Amino acid sequence: MQEMDVSVWRGDAGGGGLEQFKVPAQESQTILDVVAWIQQYADPTLSYRYACRVGMCGSCAMMVNGVPRWTCRTHVNKVLKDNAITIAPLRNLPVIKDLATDMDPFFDKWVAAGGVHHPGKSRDDAIEILDPATPARVETDTGIECINCSVCYAACDTVANNADFLGPAALQRAWTLYLDPKDADPSAILDAVSGRGGCHNCHSQGSCTLYCPNELNPMKAIAGLKRVTAAAFFKGGR
Amino acid sequence: MLDLRLYMAQRLSAMVMIPLTLGHIAVMIYAIQDGLSAAEILGRTQGSVIWFVFYAVFVLAVSLHASIGLRVIVHETLGLKGLALEVFMWLTGLLLLGTGLRAVLAVTL
Repeated sequence: MQEMDVSVWRGDAGGGGLEQFKVPAQESQTILDVVAWIQQYADPTLSYRYACRVGMCGSCAMMVNGVPRWTCRTHVNKVLKDNAITIAPLRNLPVIKDLATDMDPFFDKWVAAGGVHHPGKSRDDAIEILDPATPARVETDTGIECINCSVCYAACDTVANNADFLGPAALQRAWTLYLDPKDADPSAILDAVSGRGGCHNCHSQGSCTLYCPNELNPMKAIAGLKRVTAAAFFKGGR
Repeated sequence: MLDLRLYMAQRLSAMVMIPLTLGHIAVMIYAIQDGLSAAEILGRTQGSVIWFVFYAVFVLAVSLHASIGLRVIVHETLGLKGLALEVFMWLTGLLLLGTGLRAVLAVTL
């Protein structure tokens, strides 16, 4: 059976390095299959995170050959170079152990970006009917299929160089919530994204959009936030 | 590091600089085409309110734009932050404003 050379980053918050493994090649093999094989047959102490294995839960993202990818949906034959693969923990997040990162900073920024619904109605009010054809709703539809995998956050050079930057996923969430007519406090969202780590720090390099596994466009969402905050600036009060 | 006000100040100063930069380049090309001497140029700019306003606004826009831009670069590449970053931005802006206005006054007064 043909074997692949797989380099896996091992270590913790204190540091670490690459460890080499020989992994048997199989048909329709994913990167997550490779990691699972190593943990089951070569080294049971290897730590990594996954859950659904079908690209829905956003748990298994890792750096594959230096690029952030959802490993459960990344086929080996797509990324294998010279019969070798390098697998490392997600960039821009603290490492817990081996391939498992601490995603707290990523999710904390979702909240910091105003990504929590601001309710304005009680249970006694009628359910608001939304027209799926309005421009705001059509725009919203392009940004709501985020699986919180943090691939965009790991791909973002602005996050890498500016630790306070809220990042593409959190800002895209803020944008779709801002467009939601059911949200009762859109100005709170604009305040949240206008601070020192807000959308205005984005350099529009587009790595988020390039690497998003669900082919979303956070760069467009951030441009939308820049547009509405600039308009709010001219209207005064900001 | 960059909030809405700094962002808007940098974008708006850029918009101001676009026509002024084009005007500045056009004037330079015009001046060398006819072989104007320094004395002839000074003869036209000294005492001119229009040239004073033109270059004073230019210097103000440059000071705003460059100091905010350098703030971003210094933060992202050198990791300067907090009070040190504020001091850096203000000193850069004031230095550009001071030296720029000094030059403007020298050729228009």
